[in-house]
Amino acid sequence: MEGRDPAVGHDGVDAGSDEHGAARGYGRVSGGHDEILEELVTLAADGLEELASIDDVSELGPAASRFLGKHSRLAQLKAGLRDVAAEHRAQVGEALNHARTQIESAVEVRRATLGEAAVRARLEAERLDLTEELGRDRHGHLHVITQTWEELEDVFVGMGFTVADGPEVETDWFNFEALNLPPSHPARSLWDTLYLDDSGIEGVAAEQLLLRTHTSPVQIRSMLDAVRRGDGPPIHVVCPGRVYRRDTADATHLPVFHQIEMLVVDRAVSMADLAGTIEAFTKAYFGEDLTSRLRPSYFPFTEPSAEVDISQPDGSWLEVGGCGMVHPNVLRACGLDPEEWSGFAFGFGIDRLAKIRHGVDDLRDFVTNDIRFLEQL
Amino acid sequence: MRLTRSWLRDFVPVDLPADELAEMLSDLGLEVEDVRATGVVPPEVVVARVVEVRPHPDADRIRLVDVDPGDGSVLQVCCGADNMSAGDLVALAPVGTVMPDGLEIASRRMRGQVSDGMLCSERELGLGDGHAGILVLDRPATPGTPLVEELGVLPDVVVEVDVLPNRPDALSILGIARDVAARTGLPLDGSSGPSPIPDGAPEGASVSVEDPGLCGRFAVCVLDDVAVGPSPPWIADRLVAAGMRPINVVVDVTNYVMLELGQPSHAFDAALVPGGHLGVRRARPGERLVTLDGVERELAPVDGVVVDRDDRILALAGVMGGAATEISGSTTSVLLEVAWWDPATIAATSARLGVHSEASLRFKRGVDTAMGRRALDRIVALLAEHAGATVRPGVAEFVGELPQAPTVDLRPDRVRRTLGREFPVEEIRQILEPIGFAVGAVTGEGPDASCPVEVPTWRPDCAAEVDLVEEVGRMYGLSRLPRTLPSITQRGRLSQAQVRRRAIRRTLVGAGLSEAMPLPFLAPGDLERCELPVTGLLLANPLAAEESVLRPSLLPGLVAAVAYNAAHRSTEVRLFEIGRVFEVGPGVLTEVEASVAAGRVLGGERERLAAVLGGRQAGSAVRLLEAVLGSIGVGVPELRNGAVPGLHPGRSARVFLGADGGVEVGAVGEVHPVVLERHGITETVAWLDLDLGTLLAMRVPSRQARAVSRYPSADVDLAFVVDDEVPASTLRNAIVAAGAPLVVSVTLFDVFRSDALGPGRRSIAYTVRFQAPDRTLRDAEVAEVRGRIISAVESLSGVALRA
Repeated sequence: MEGRDPAVGHDGVDAGSDEHGAARGYGRVSGGHDEILEELVTLAADGLEELASIDDVSELGPAASRFLGKHSRLAQLKAGLRDVAAEHRAQVGEALNHARTQIESAVEVRRATLGEAAVRARLEAERLDLTEELGRDRHGHLHVITQTWEELEDVFVGMGFTVADGPEVETDWFNFEALNLPPSHPARSLWDTLYLDDSGIEGVAAEQLLLRTHTSPVQIRSMLDAVRRGDGPPIHVVCPGRVYRRDTADATHLPVFHQIEMLVVDRAVSMADLAGTIEAFTKAYFGEDLTSRLRPSYFPFTEPSAEVDISQPDGSWLEVGGCGMVHPNVLRACGLDPEEWSGFAFGFGIDRLAKIRHGVDDLRDFVTNDIRFLEQL
Repeated sequence: MRLTRSWLRDFVPVDLPADELAEMLSDLGLEVEDVRATGVVPPEVVVARVVEVRPHPDADRIRLVDVDPGDGSVLQVCCGADNMSAGDLVALAPVGTVMPDGLEIASRRMRGQVSDGMLCSERELGLGDGHAGILVLDRPATPGTPLVEELGVLPDVVVEVDVLPNRPDALSILGIARDVAARTGLPLDGSSGPSPIPDGAPEGASVSVEDPGLCGRFAVCVLDDVAVGPSPPWIADRLVAAGMRPINVVVDVTNYVMLELGQPSHAFDAALVPGGHLGVRRARPGERLVTLDGVERELAPVDGVVVDRDDRILALAGVMGGAATEISGSTTSVLLEVAWWDPATIAATSARLGVHSEASLRFKRGVDTAMGRRALDRIVALLAEHAGATVRPGVAEFVGELPQAPTVDLRPDRVRRTLGREFPVEEIRQILEPIGFAVGAVTGEGPDASCPVEVPTWRPDCAAEVDLVEEVGRMYGLSRLPRTLPSITQRGRLSQAQVRRRAIRRTLVGAGLSEAMPLPFLAPGDLERCELPVTGLLLANPLAAEESVLRPSLLPGLVAAVAYNAAHRSTEVRLFEIGRVFEVGPGVLTEVEASVAAGRVLGGERERLAAVLGGRQAGSAVRLLEAVLGSIGVGVPELRNGAVPGLHPGRSARVFLGADGGVEVGAVGEVHPVVLERHGITETVAWLDLDLGTLLAMRVPSRQARAVSRYPSADVDLAFVVDDEVPASTLRNAIVAAGAPLVVSVTLFDVFRSDALGPGRRSIAYTVRFQAPDRTLRDAEVAEVRGRIISAVESLSGVALRA
């Protein structure tokens, strides 16, 4: 820094301070203080001008130390303050501080300005069109059967039920016989049953193993379990599950579908309790403003039996499923005395509900696993 | 069972509109499949004469028809049918007509052409099912005459009732009328009047029954002077409305009475039955009969047959008559037979031969045991009136083992307990007696008080107290019962396994997978195509061979799903499935041997979880595996590289969980390229398969939090040259073990092979992060642990620190 202009100026101050002071009309002249004042004004003005011209933030630091650093003209002037006449010292000191403050704040202003500009430039450079659809990933979807299944479970759990399941390969006893459908029962023809080829399985009588045609065997298992464990009825369970029929897949039938079945066994439950429970379920699942009705029907495992209809917003009735009081023979098969215990059951298809609720025209869409279908629901 | 309201009105003066009648029948448990108002032709519809038929200039399928509606004008009507020509008399619904379906006819334009009205089909007018073209009158009529006047049609209602298996009585007009009368309070005209058959010894008819268990009643009479011609229109119309085809007056009347009273009967040409003798026996092996439908059927000893004097088989009992003794145009004398057949026999024969006639349906459900003679009387009376028949005196009748209608004790308290409403005995009587039950006086006190109830002969389904309770509820109206909520003391909740299954599903969905549900059936060869061992249970009676194997693995179904999607140009599809797989297991035997008491799961049936990741490599499946197991907190899996059936042998591993070698819980890798190729899949497919049943059954304590250290951590990068036989997991385990407890993470960041390294080896580089829970680590400490780790790893065979 030595030998640069400010250093020359420094010399110059010492040389001609009186003249400058007189010319500016400062009272009593002493030690060239008004030259110093003059120089400080110029110094500040030059500094501001130079700082304002800096466009690269990396040049700001060196410039700042040139004006403000140890070897700067400002520092020299400050060092020379002790040579200024005492009566002017305060004035010159103040002017020194003023010039320093001016330059310092100009540095900061410039730094801020350049910083903002840099951010702006970066933001501009990073601009993206978010409607460009690159890098789009597939979202996962639960199968709509699962969604419906879980929603139904939740409603029943909220009503105080627990959830039970059982095997899909069943024995004739669980699927039919215990349900008041002895081998010769004509109503067995209501279920087109898929039997397992048990010829290769040692010790199994013919037509003993089958794919369950309904979730009702889980009722039997629930009752038997309760009795066997000794914690007997009351029983409040729902049994959702996959069931099978010997059926060709078409728009309204699948050989494999899903049911959910509710079972209550207690000391004194009645058809009125069944109707009330179904009504509570209707309001919880379908909506508070809808209602249910029962129409007499026939199932071998319940008596009285009924079909359950749910009212629709358009005033029509939607046939949902079947229900009834557990048949005394079913209770007996599970080791329960029908004079002591009574029970009711209510079951329906999950797939059909999902189909109706989501406007699915063809049940086969549920098993085709076309991603274009799965990702819609 | 299809019936008309007008026919019902022969028995009960019911006059409800179609929808109310349907509603009432449904509420009685007679489920209405379909209900239709018929003969409700709008009064505005008139006869019109076709003047000219022209093509529509701009529509191939539309004709322009000029018609004369009788007032001297000519109207242009657009019509989609083309079964009319100039001069035809047709039914015109002029502008302003409201059709039976609610449509109001307006003047409109079709493809630019004016249409002032509509030419109607039979169906549009509720006159029948004809919809192939418009109605063209087959008789002279004056244009402008209202069609109602011209045809003389009366409004009626056709109802199709789905009769439930426990209600054989409802397979007749009479039975349905009985329920309707009871519900409405209208009188039931169920009287039968005096028999038209004079008393006396039967002439020209005799019967013999070998097996009284097969045939409870067999009654025959003889009609002479029978003029076999078409039935009178009212009989034919009612048969058609009921869905039966009119044949000739004799056959039609037997069918008519079957529909009306529920009692099937059979008419033989008496001239073809020597001596008018009919016998009943079981068929013998190998016997054959050509039935009325012209099919020769082989009989079995379970079948009942009707034979003649010479033991020649004439009819298949209760199922179908024989062709040889069929009523024909030349028949003059008729042997008329009514019977009560053992329901189980008829059910077996009908099922065995696959013949389901209206008669067999009624017999197998159980015909009114007291209806035989009444039906005979009714048929004779109708044939006397409409076929000029004269009846010989006497009925040859055999009565065998007819089931007796029981008397059942009914406790009003049991009714209350089951239905949830108090039914005093007087109310029970008022409910049951209109449908034929006789309710006796109450005996006993309190809850045990009961009354004897005599069940009518037409209700074989009512044999126990609960059956009567059901009848009380049905006739009272199930929807009228009070609605109460039982008190549930139990807390509803999902089990831990059910909660975890849901957590896993959500993890998979969160990872971008969608849930698939393939059918669990496979075709023979599917397993081979997937390089899987051929196990799986076979179905005994599959509908199609393609659905004859119960899957032992989820792989074929999911790979097929990927292939299906690829074929429909959806690639990089990621799917998962949770479902059961099946194998023959020893547990199957146990379960069957002790079918009542055995365990919950039949052997060989397991719940599994599998995922396919199209366009991904095995590593993606490993990360998915970690996410799944992490979501239920069952611990960190150990992978053991090695071939897994169905998977790329060099890119597959078995998954183990737990200490001491652990349990095998599944496999991970990539689907075998050969399998993919066979399915036409060109992308790689990563695969994950887990034994979900085992995972859900694992006991998992609540996961415990570990404080995160507040002190700085230090990273050290280490690279090793490793023989291919040494799995990276061995390195990682060694690093973790040697660096414990200061190692907080080990992150693999680079693997490469090069000529410099030589074949059969690769470089694996890890960033190891050190951190202490209670202090800032000093450089010396880190250096020391680093050294320990290096020497531990280098002590493994086939591993060296990369220089």
